[in-house]
Amino acid sequence: MLKFTEDHEWLRIEGDVATVGITVYAAEQLGDLVFVELPEIGATLEKGGEAATVESVKAASDVYSPLDGEVVEVNQAIVDDPSLVNSDPAGAGWFFKLKLADSSAADALMDEAAYTAMIG
Amino acid sequence: MDTTADLLKTPLHSLHLELGARMAGFAGYDMPIQYPMGVMKEHLHTRTEAGLFDVSHMGQILIRAKSGDVRDAALALERLTPVDVAGLKPGRQRYGMFTNDKGGLEDDFMVANRGDHLYLVVNAACKHADLARLKAALSDSCEIEPQFDRGLLALQGPEAESVLAAYAAEAEDMLFMDVAEFDIAGVQAVVSRSGYTGEDGYEISLPADETERVARLLLSDDRLAPIGLGARDSLRLEAGLCLYGHDIDATTSPVEANLKWAIQKVRRTGGERAGGFPGADRILPEFETGTARLRVGLQPTGKAPVRAGAALYEHETGGEVIGTVTSGGFGPSAGAPVAMGYVPARLSSTGTTLYADVRGKRLEMAVTALPFVASTYKR
Repeated sequence: MLKFTEDHEWLRIEGDVATVGITVYAAEQLGDLVFVELPEIGATLEKGGEAATVESVKAASDVYSPLDGEVVEVNQAIVDDPSLVNSDPAGAGWFFKLKLADSSAADALMDEAAYTAMIG
Repeated sequence: MDTTADLLKTPLHSLHLELGARMAGFAGYDMPIQYPMGVMKEHLHTRTEAGLFDVSHMGQILIRAKSGDVRDAALALERLTPVDVAGLKPGRQRYGMFTNDKGGLEDDFMVANRGDHLYLVVNAACKHADLARLKAALSDSCEIEPQFDRGLLALQGPEAESVLAAYAAEAEDMLFMDVAEFDIAGVQAVVSRSGYTGEDGYEISLPADETERVARLLLSDDRLAPIGLGARDSLRLEAGLCLYGHDIDATTSPVEANLKWAIQKVRRTGGERAGGFPGADRILPEFETGTARLRVGLQPTGKAPVRAGAALYEHETGGEVIGTVTSGGFGPSAGAPVAMGYVPARLSSTGTTLYADVRGKRLEMAVTALPFVASTYKR
Protein backbone atom coordinates (compact mmCIF):
# COMPACT_ATOMS: atom_id res chain seq x y z
CA MET A 1 0.00 0.00 0.00
CA LEU A 2 1.44 3.37 -1.07
CA LYS A 3 0.39 6.47 0.86
CA PHE A 4 1.33 10.16 0.82
CA THR A 5 1.33 13.08 3.24
CA GLU A 6 0.72 16.81 2.82
CA ASP A 7 4.39 17.28 3.75
CA HIS A 8 5.38 15.46 0.53
CA GLU A 9 6.46 12.15 2.01
CA TRP A 10 5.59 8.73 0.65
CA LEU A 11 5.07 5.56 2.71
CA ARG A 12 5.20 2.02 1.37
CA ILE A 13 3.37 -0.04 3.98
CA GLU A 14 4.03 -3.76 4.33
CA GLY A 15 2.36 -5.30 7.38
CA ASP A 16 3.04 -2.94 10.27
CA VAL A 17 6.26 -1.46 8.81
CA ALA A 18 6.27 1.66 6.63
CA THR A 19 9.23 2.58 4.43
CA VAL A 20 9.31 6.39 4.28
CA GLY A 21 10.83 8.74 1.72
CA ILE A 22 10.20 12.12 0.11
CA THR A 23 8.31 12.51 -3.14
CA VAL A 24 9.74 13.35 -6.56
CA TYR A 25 7.99 16.72 -6.24
CA ALA A 26 9.69 17.40 -2.88
CA ALA A 27 13.10 16.34 -4.20
CA GLU A 28 12.71 18.72 -7.16
CA GLN A 29 11.65 21.58 -4.91
CA LEU A 30 14.58 21.04 -2.54
CA GLY A 31 17.19 20.88 -5.30
CA ASP A 32 20.51 19.04 -5.08
CA LEU A 33 20.91 17.71 -1.54
CA VAL A 34 24.31 17.94 0.13
CA PHE A 35 23.52 16.60 3.60
CA VAL A 36 21.04 14.21 5.19
CA GLU A 37 20.59 13.50 8.89
CA LEU A 38 18.44 10.49 9.78
CA PRO A 39 16.82 9.47 13.07
CA GLU A 40 18.47 6.92 15.36
CA ILE A 41 17.37 3.31 15.08
CA GLY A 42 15.04 2.70 18.02
CA ALA A 43 13.84 6.30 18.17
CA THR A 44 10.14 6.76 18.84
CA LEU A 45 8.59 9.27 16.45
CA GLU A 46 5.28 11.07 16.68
CA LYS A 47 3.18 11.96 13.67
CA GLY A 48 4.18 15.44 12.51
CA GLY A 49 7.35 15.49 14.63
CA GLU A 50 10.82 16.09 13.19
CA ALA A 51 12.25 12.86 11.85
CA ALA A 52 15.12 13.85 9.55
CA THR A 53 16.88 16.91 8.17
CA VAL A 54 17.86 17.48 4.56
CA GLU A 55 20.05 20.31 3.34
CA SER A 56 20.59 21.77 -0.10
CA VAL A 57 23.30 24.28 -1.00
CA LYS A 58 20.92 27.01 0.08
CA ALA A 59 18.79 25.81 2.98
CA ALA A 60 17.97 23.18 5.60
CA SER A 61 14.53 21.54 5.66
CA ASP A 62 12.88 19.13 8.09
CA VAL A 63 11.34 15.82 7.14
CA TYR A 64 8.43 14.96 9.44
CA SER A 65 7.29 11.61 10.68
CA PRO A 66 4.14 10.66 8.75
CA LEU A 67 2.73 8.52 11.59
CA ASP A 68 3.50 7.40 15.15
CA GLY A 69 6.02 4.58 15.35
CA GLU A 70 9.50 3.30 16.10
CA VAL A 71 12.44 3.60 13.70
CA VAL A 72 13.61 0.08 12.86
CA GLU A 73 15.97 0.75 9.95
CA VAL A 74 17.62 3.79 8.29
CA ASN A 75 19.12 4.21 4.82
CA GLN A 76 22.80 4.94 5.44
CA ALA A 77 23.33 5.13 1.66
CA ILE A 78 21.65 8.56 1.47
CA VAL A 79 23.81 9.84 4.34
CA ASP A 80 26.91 8.75 2.43
CA ASP A 81 25.57 10.10 -0.89
CA PRO A 82 22.70 12.59 -0.50
CA SER A 83 22.37 12.89 -4.30
CA LEU A 84 20.61 9.49 -4.25
CA VAL A 85 17.55 11.31 -2.89
CA ASN A 86 17.50 13.50 -6.00
CA SER A 87 18.21 10.74 -8.50
CA ASP A 88 15.79 8.12 -7.10
CA PRO A 89 13.55 9.62 -4.40
CA ALA A 90 10.90 6.90 -4.67
CA GLY A 91 13.38 4.02 -4.61
CA ALA A 92 17.04 3.93 -3.54
CA GLY A 93 16.57 7.34 -1.89
CA TRP A 94 14.27 6.06 0.90
CA PHE A 95 14.89 7.52 4.38
CA PHE A 96 13.84 5.16 7.18
CA LYS A 97 11.52 2.31 8.12
CA LEU A 98 8.94 2.90 10.80
CA LYS A 99 7.24 0.14 12.82
CA LEU A 100 3.80 1.69 13.08
CA ALA A 101 2.19 2.07 16.48
CA ASP A 102 -1.20 1.71 14.77
CA SER A 103 -1.10 0.50 11.19
CA SER A 104 -4.77 1.42 10.64
CA ALA A 105 -3.79 5.10 11.10
CA ALA A 106 -2.31 4.92 7.58
CA ASP A 107 -5.79 4.60 6.11
CA ALA A 108 -6.39 8.31 6.71
CA LEU A 109 -3.39 9.34 4.54
CA MET A 110 -3.71 10.25 0.85
CA ASP A 111 -3.42 7.72 -1.92
CA GLU A 112 -1.39 8.49 -5.02
CA ALA A 113 -4.32 10.01 -6.94
CA ALA A 114 -5.18 12.36 -4.07
CA TYR A 115 -1.53 13.41 -3.69
CA THR A 116 -1.13 14.02 -7.42
CA ALA A 117 -4.25 16.18 -7.32
CA MET A 118 -2.88 18.14 -4.34
CA ILE A 119 0.39 19.10 -6.01
CA GLY A 120 -1.50 19.97 -9.17
CA MET B 1 6.50 39.99 3.52
CA ASP B 2 6.46 41.32 -0.03
CA THR B 3 3.68 40.08 -2.22
CA THR B 4 4.50 39.45 -5.85
CA ALA B 5 2.30 42.34 -6.96
CA ASP B 6 4.33 44.82 -4.90
CA LEU B 7 7.70 43.64 -6.19
CA LEU B 8 9.67 45.68 -8.69
CA LYS B 9 10.89 44.11 -11.91
CA THR B 10 14.32 44.41 -13.48
CA PRO B 11 14.68 44.86 -17.27
CA LEU B 12 15.29 41.08 -17.49
CA HIS B 13 12.16 39.99 -15.61
CA SER B 14 10.38 38.46 -18.60
CA LEU B 15 13.59 36.73 -19.72
CA HIS B 16 13.93 35.10 -16.27
CA LEU B 17 10.38 33.75 -16.55
CA GLU B 18 11.01 32.53 -20.09
CA LEU B 19 14.16 30.73 -18.87
CA GLY B 20 12.12 28.94 -16.20
CA ALA B 21 13.58 30.70 -13.18
CA ARG B 22 12.19 30.15 -9.71
CA MET B 23 11.50 33.72 -8.59
CA ALA B 24 11.38 35.28 -5.12
CA GLY B 25 11.35 38.70 -3.56
CA PHE B 26 14.78 40.14 -2.79
CA ALA B 27 15.35 43.75 -1.70
CA GLY B 28 11.95 44.67 -3.13
CA TYR B 29 12.56 43.06 -6.53
CA ASP B 30 11.16 39.86 -8.01
CA MET B 31 14.47 38.08 -8.68
CA PRO B 32 15.59 34.70 -10.05
CA ILE B 33 16.78 32.48 -7.20
CA GLN B 34 17.66 29.62 -9.52
CA TYR B 35 17.04 28.36 -13.03
CA PRO B 36 16.19 24.77 -14.00
CA MET B 37 19.93 23.89 -13.85
CA GLY B 38 19.76 24.29 -10.04
CA VAL B 39 22.00 26.08 -7.54
CA MET B 40 24.68 23.38 -7.42
CA LYS B 41 25.25 23.13 -11.16
CA GLU B 42 24.87 26.90 -11.67
CA HIS B 43 27.62 27.45 -9.12
CA LEU B 44 29.96 24.91 -10.68
CA HIS B 45 29.21 26.15 -14.20
CA THR B 46 30.26 29.67 -13.20
CA ARG B 47 33.60 28.37 -11.87
CA THR B 48 34.34 26.13 -14.86
CA GLU B 49 32.78 28.09 -17.77
CA ALA B 50 30.80 31.29 -17.28
CA GLY B 51 27.61 32.61 -15.70
CA LEU B 52 25.38 35.60 -16.40
CA PHE B 53 23.76 37.26 -13.38
CA ASP B 54 21.06 39.92 -13.39
CA VAL B 55 22.20 42.45 -10.79
CA SER B 56 20.02 45.26 -12.10
CA HIS B 57 18.43 45.55 -8.65
CA MET B 58 21.66 47.07 -7.34
CA GLY B 59 21.90 50.86 -7.23
CA GLN B 60 23.99 52.73 -9.76
CA ILE B 61 24.72 56.34 -8.81
CA LEU B 62 26.82 59.03 -10.52
CA ILE B 63 28.52 61.82 -8.59
CA ARG B 64 29.63 64.94 -10.49
CA ALA B 65 31.45 67.84 -8.86
CA LYS B 66 29.83 71.20 -9.58
CA SER B 67 33.36 72.47 -10.24
CA GLY B 68 33.70 69.94 -13.03
CA ASP B 69 36.80 68.42 -11.39
CA VAL B 70 36.35 64.75 -10.47
CA ARG B 71 38.86 65.22 -7.65
CA ASP B 72 36.40 67.51 -5.90
CA ALA B 73 33.75 64.78 -6.12
CA ALA B 74 36.28 62.26 -4.75
CA LEU B 75 37.24 64.48 -1.83
CA ALA B 76 33.56 65.07 -1.08
CA LEU B 77 32.84 61.30 -1.10
CA GLU B 78 35.78 60.78 1.28
CA ARG B 79 33.66 62.59 3.91
CA LEU B 80 31.45 59.45 3.96
CA THR B 81 33.95 56.65 3.42
CA PRO B 82 37.35 55.66 4.83
CA VAL B 83 38.72 54.55 1.46
CA ASP B 84 41.08 56.53 -0.79
CA VAL B 85 38.81 57.89 -3.51
CA ALA B 86 40.93 60.88 -4.53
CA GLY B 87 43.84 58.55 -5.30
CA LEU B 88 41.77 56.46 -7.70
CA LYS B 89 43.04 56.98 -11.23
CA PRO B 90 40.68 57.53 -14.17
CA GLY B 91 39.41 54.19 -15.43
CA ARG B 92 39.97 52.44 -12.09
CA GLN B 93 37.54 51.10 -9.50
CA ARG B 94 37.84 50.01 -5.89
CA TYR B 95 35.81 48.56 -3.03
CA GLY B 96 34.53 50.94 -0.39
CA MET B 97 32.00 51.35 2.38
CA PHE B 98 29.85 54.00 4.03
CA THR B 99 30.54 54.28 7.76
CA ASN B 100 28.33 55.70 10.51
CA ASP B 101 29.16 57.85 13.54
CA LYS B 102 29.58 54.73 15.68
CA GLY B 103 32.14 53.29 13.28
CA GLY B 104 29.76 50.68 11.89
CA LEU B 105 29.00 50.09 8.23
CA GLU B 106 25.93 51.49 6.49
CA ASP B 107 26.66 49.77 3.17
CA ASP B 108 29.51 48.57 1.00
CA PHE B 109 29.99 49.55 -2.65
CA MET B 110 32.22 49.78 -5.68
CA VAL B 111 33.40 53.23 -6.75
CA ALA B 112 35.00 54.05 -10.08
CA ASN B 113 36.74 57.15 -11.38
CA ARG B 114 35.12 57.69 -14.79
CA GLY B 115 37.32 60.66 -15.68
CA ASP B 116 34.81 63.46 -15.24
CA HIS B 117 32.60 61.83 -12.58
CA LEU B 118 32.44 59.03 -10.04
CA TYR B 119 30.34 55.89 -10.62
CA LEU B 120 29.06 53.95 -7.62
CA VAL B 121 27.36 50.55 -7.42
CA VAL B 122 25.64 50.03 -4.07
CA ASN B 123 23.51 47.26 -2.56
CA ALA B 124 19.89 47.04 -3.65
CA ALA B 125 18.47 47.05 -0.13
CA CYS B 126 20.47 50.17 0.80
CA LYS B 127 20.28 52.18 -2.40
CA HIS B 128 17.59 54.67 -1.38
CA ALA B 129 19.28 55.30 1.97
CA ASP B 130 22.62 55.67 0.19
CA LEU B 131 21.16 58.15 -2.26
CA ALA B 132 19.70 60.20 0.61
CA ARG B 133 23.04 60.01 2.45
CA LEU B 134 24.94 61.24 -0.59
CA LYS B 135 22.48 64.05 -1.30
CA ALA B 136 22.54 65.22 2.32
CA ALA B 137 26.31 65.23 2.62
CA LEU B 138 27.50 66.15 -0.87
CA SER B 139 24.87 68.38 -2.47
CA ASP B 140 26.79 71.55 -1.58
CA SER B 141 29.53 70.61 -4.03
CA CYS B 142 28.17 67.75 -6.16
CA GLU B 143 25.28 66.66 -8.35
CA ILE B 144 24.04 63.22 -7.30
CA GLU B 145 22.44 61.33 -10.17
CA PRO B 146 20.73 58.00 -9.42
CA GLN B 147 20.56 55.57 -12.34
CA PHE B 148 18.25 53.09 -10.65
CA ASP B 149 16.49 52.29 -13.91
CA ARG B 150 19.63 51.11 -15.72
CA GLY B 151 20.35 47.43 -16.20
CA LEU B 152 23.42 45.73 -14.71
CA LEU B 153 24.72 42.34 -15.83
CA ALA B 154 27.50 40.39 -14.15
CA LEU B 155 29.39 38.08 -16.49
CA GLN B 156 31.62 35.81 -14.38
CA GLY B 157 33.89 32.84 -14.88
CA PRO B 158 36.95 31.68 -16.80
CA GLU B 159 35.20 32.00 -20.19
CA ALA B 160 33.81 35.48 -19.44
CA GLU B 161 36.58 37.29 -21.31
CA SER B 162 36.17 35.25 -24.44
CA VAL B 163 32.35 35.51 -24.35
CA LEU B 164 32.43 39.30 -24.08
CA ALA B 165 35.35 39.80 -26.46
CA ALA B 166 33.27 38.31 -29.28
CA TYR B 167 31.23 41.54 -29.17
CA ALA B 168 33.81 43.98 -27.77
CA ALA B 169 37.53 43.35 -28.22
CA GLU B 170 38.17 46.07 -25.61
CA ALA B 171 37.22 43.54 -22.92
CA GLU B 172 40.48 41.64 -23.46
CA ASP B 173 42.65 44.64 -22.61
CA MET B 174 41.07 45.30 -19.22
CA LEU B 175 42.61 44.20 -15.94
CA PHE B 176 40.89 43.52 -12.61
CA MET B 177 39.13 46.70 -11.41
CA ASP B 178 39.55 48.56 -14.70
CA VAL B 179 36.46 50.47 -15.86
CA ALA B 180 35.79 51.54 -19.44
CA GLU B 181 32.95 52.60 -21.70
CA PHE B 182 32.58 50.90 -25.06
CA ASP B 183 30.12 49.59 -27.60
CA ILE B 184 28.61 46.13 -27.15
CA ALA B 185 26.42 45.15 -30.11
CA GLY B 186 25.57 48.74 -30.91
CA VAL B 187 24.94 50.02 -27.40
CA GLN B 188 27.26 52.09 -25.20
CA ALA B 189 28.02 50.11 -22.03
CA VAL B 190 29.98 51.00 -18.90
CA VAL B 191 32.03 47.91 -18.15
CA SER B 192 34.18 47.05 -15.12
CA ARG B 193 36.41 44.00 -14.88
CA SER B 194 35.07 42.93 -11.51
CA GLY B 195 32.32 40.97 -9.84
CA TYR B 196 31.46 39.26 -6.60
CA THR B 197 32.14 35.57 -7.20
CA GLY B 198 35.92 35.33 -6.87
CA GLU B 199 36.11 34.66 -10.61
CA ASP B 200 37.49 36.82 -13.37
CA GLY B 201 34.65 38.63 -15.10
CA TYR B 202 32.80 41.84 -15.82
CA GLU B 203 29.93 43.97 -14.64
CA ILE B 204 28.14 45.62 -17.56
CA SER B 205 25.91 48.66 -17.09
CA LEU B 206 23.37 49.19 -19.87
CA PRO B 207 20.34 51.34 -20.66
CA ALA B 208 17.21 49.52 -19.40
CA ASP B 209 15.72 49.17 -22.88
CA GLU B 210 18.85 47.48 -24.26
CA THR B 211 19.63 45.17 -21.31
CA GLU B 212 17.49 42.24 -22.42
CA ARG B 213 18.78 42.34 -26.00
CA VAL B 214 22.41 42.29 -24.83
CA ALA B 215 21.68 39.55 -22.27
CA ARG B 216 20.06 37.36 -24.95
CA LEU B 217 22.96 37.97 -27.30
CA LEU B 218 25.52 36.97 -24.66
CA LEU B 219 23.43 33.92 -23.66
CA SER B 220 23.47 32.73 -27.27
CA ASP B 221 27.01 31.57 -26.45
CA ASP B 222 26.62 28.01 -25.18
CA ARG B 223 29.39 28.45 -22.64
CA LEU B 224 27.30 31.01 -20.76
CA ALA B 225 24.44 29.96 -18.45
CA PRO B 226 22.02 32.21 -16.56
CA ILE B 227 22.76 32.04 -12.83
CA GLY B 228 20.39 32.94 -9.98
CA LEU B 229 20.88 34.59 -6.61
CA GLY B 230 21.22 31.20 -4.88
CA ALA B 231 24.50 30.42 -6.62
CA ARG B 232 25.57 34.07 -6.42
CA ASP B 233 25.45 33.68 -2.63
CA SER B 234 27.40 30.40 -2.50
CA LEU B 235 30.00 31.79 -4.94
CA ARG B 236 30.62 34.96 -2.92
CA LEU B 237 30.76 32.94 0.32
CA GLU B 238 33.45 30.63 -1.08
CA ALA B 239 35.27 33.77 -2.25
CA GLY B 240 35.21 35.06 1.35
CA LEU B 241 33.29 38.20 0.34
CA CYS B 242 30.95 39.97 2.74
CA LEU B 243 27.19 40.17 2.26
CA TYR B 244 25.86 43.42 3.68
CA GLY B 245 23.22 42.79 6.35
CA HIS B 246 24.79 39.44 7.22
CA ASP B 247 28.59 39.62 7.51
CA ILE B 248 28.71 43.39 7.93
CA ASP B 249 26.12 45.78 9.31
CA ALA B 250 25.61 49.04 11.18
CA THR B 251 27.42 47.63 14.25
CA THR B 252 30.49 46.05 12.63
CA SER B 253 33.53 48.23 12.08
CA PRO B 254 35.68 47.64 8.99
CA VAL B 255 38.53 46.52 11.26
CA GLU B 256 36.32 43.92 12.98
CA ALA B 257 35.12 42.82 9.56
CA ASN B 258 38.71 42.17 8.48
CA LEU B 259 38.42 44.86 5.80
CA LYS B 260 41.54 46.80 6.85
CA TRP B 261 42.97 46.15 3.37
CA ALA B 262 40.18 48.34 1.92
CA ILE B 263 41.31 51.39 3.93
CA GLN B 264 44.43 52.74 2.28
CA LYS B 265 47.29 54.24 4.32
CA VAL B 266 46.50 57.77 3.14
CA ARG B 267 43.24 57.66 5.16
CA ARG B 268 44.74 56.02 8.26
CA THR B 269 46.39 57.74 11.22
CA GLY B 270 49.48 59.57 9.96
CA GLY B 271 48.21 59.59 6.37
CA GLU B 272 47.90 62.72 4.26
CA ARG B 273 44.08 62.61 4.39
CA ALA B 274 43.68 60.65 7.63
CA GLY B 275 40.18 60.48 9.11
CA GLY B 276 37.44 62.89 8.18
CA PHE B 277 34.83 60.14 7.74
CA PRO B 278 32.03 59.08 10.13
CA GLY B 279 33.28 56.90 12.98
CA ALA B 280 36.97 57.67 12.38
CA ASP B 281 37.42 58.12 16.13
CA ARG B 282 36.56 54.43 16.61
CA ILE B 283 37.92 52.93 13.40
CA LEU B 284 41.40 54.49 13.20
CA PRO B 285 42.43 53.60 16.79
CA GLU B 286 41.31 50.00 16.09
CA PHE B 287 44.19 49.69 13.60
CA GLU B 288 46.54 50.04 16.61
CA THR B 289 44.56 48.42 19.42
CA GLY B 290 42.82 45.66 17.50
CA THR B 291 39.22 44.71 18.21
CA ALA B 292 37.47 42.37 20.63
CA ARG B 293 35.96 40.36 17.77
CA LEU B 294 36.99 39.58 14.20
CA ARG B 295 35.36 38.16 11.09
CA VAL B 296 36.98 34.84 10.15
CA GLY B 297 36.43 31.90 7.84
CA LEU B 298 34.96 28.83 9.52
CA GLN B 299 35.23 25.32 8.10
CA PRO B 300 32.92 22.70 9.62
CA THR B 301 34.85 19.48 10.29
CA GLY B 302 31.85 17.28 9.43
CA LYS B 303 29.49 17.20 6.50
CA ALA B 304 26.65 19.24 8.01
CA PRO B 305 26.35 22.83 6.77
CA VAL B 306 26.41 25.42 9.55
CA ARG B 307 24.23 28.35 8.55
CA ALA B 308 23.86 32.03 9.41
CA GLY B 309 22.69 32.60 12.95
CA ALA B 310 24.33 29.51 14.49
CA ALA B 311 25.81 30.32 17.91
CA LEU B 312 29.52 29.60 18.43
CA TYR B 313 31.09 28.14 21.58
CA GLU B 314 34.69 27.67 22.67
CA HIS B 315 34.11 24.15 24.01
CA GLU B 316 32.07 21.11 23.09
CA THR B 317 29.96 21.45 26.24
CA GLY B 318 29.00 24.31 28.52
CA GLY B 319 30.23 27.87 28.44
CA GLU B 320 28.80 31.06 27.02
CA VAL B 321 28.13 31.94 23.40
CA ILE B 322 31.37 33.47 22.09
CA GLY B 323 30.37 34.34 18.54
CA THR B 324 27.95 33.87 15.67
CA VAL B 325 28.00 32.47 12.16
CA THR B 326 27.00 35.27 9.74
CA SER B 327 27.06 33.31 6.47
CA GLY B 328 27.14 29.57 5.99
CA GLY B 329 26.15 26.82 3.64
CA PHE B 330 27.59 24.23 1.33
CA GLY B 331 30.38 25.27 -1.01
CA PRO B 332 29.95 23.30 -4.25
CA SER B 333 33.51 24.04 -5.42
CA ALA B 334 34.99 23.52 -1.97
CA GLY B 335 33.03 20.24 -1.90
CA ALA B 336 32.32 20.85 1.76
CA PRO B 337 30.35 23.11 4.07
CA VAL B 338 31.83 26.61 4.43
CA ALA B 339 31.00 29.53 6.72
CA MET B 340 32.08 32.91 8.03
CA GLY B 341 31.41 34.55 11.35
CA TYR B 342 32.61 36.70 14.21
CA VAL B 343 34.77 35.26 16.98
CA PRO B 344 36.76 36.80 19.86
CA ALA B 345 40.18 38.00 18.67
CA ARG B 346 41.90 35.54 21.03
CA LEU B 347 40.17 32.68 19.16
CA SER B 348 40.70 34.03 15.64
CA SER B 349 43.96 32.28 14.70
CA THR B 350 43.78 29.91 11.78
CA GLY B 351 43.35 26.36 13.03
CA THR B 352 41.53 27.26 16.23
CA THR B 353 38.79 24.72 17.00
CA LEU B 354 35.35 26.09 17.87
CA TYR B 355 31.87 24.59 18.10
CA ALA B 356 28.64 25.68 16.46
CA ASP B 357 25.19 24.85 17.77
CA VAL B 358 23.22 23.14 15.00
CA ARG B 359 19.82 21.74 15.97
CA GLY B 360 20.96 21.32 19.57
CA LYS B 361 24.26 19.60 18.77
CA ARG B 362 27.68 21.20 18.96
CA LEU B 363 29.52 20.65 15.69
CA GLU B 364 33.28 21.17 15.43
CA MET B 365 34.57 23.95 13.19
CA ALA B 366 38.07 25.22 12.45
CA VAL B 367 38.97 28.88 11.97
CA THR B 368 40.18 29.01 8.37
CA ALA B 369 41.93 31.50 6.12
CA LEU B 370 39.67 33.13 3.51
CA PRO B 371 38.86 32.63 0.68
CA PHE B 372 37.79 28.98 0.54
CA VAL B 373 38.35 28.95 -3.22
CA ALA B 374 41.27 30.94 -4.66
CA SER B 375 40.22 33.94 -6.73
CA THR B 376 41.16 34.09 -10.40
CA TYR B 377 41.12 37.85 -10.99
CA LYS B 378 43.14 39.02 -14.01
CA ARG B 379 45.67 41.37 -12.44
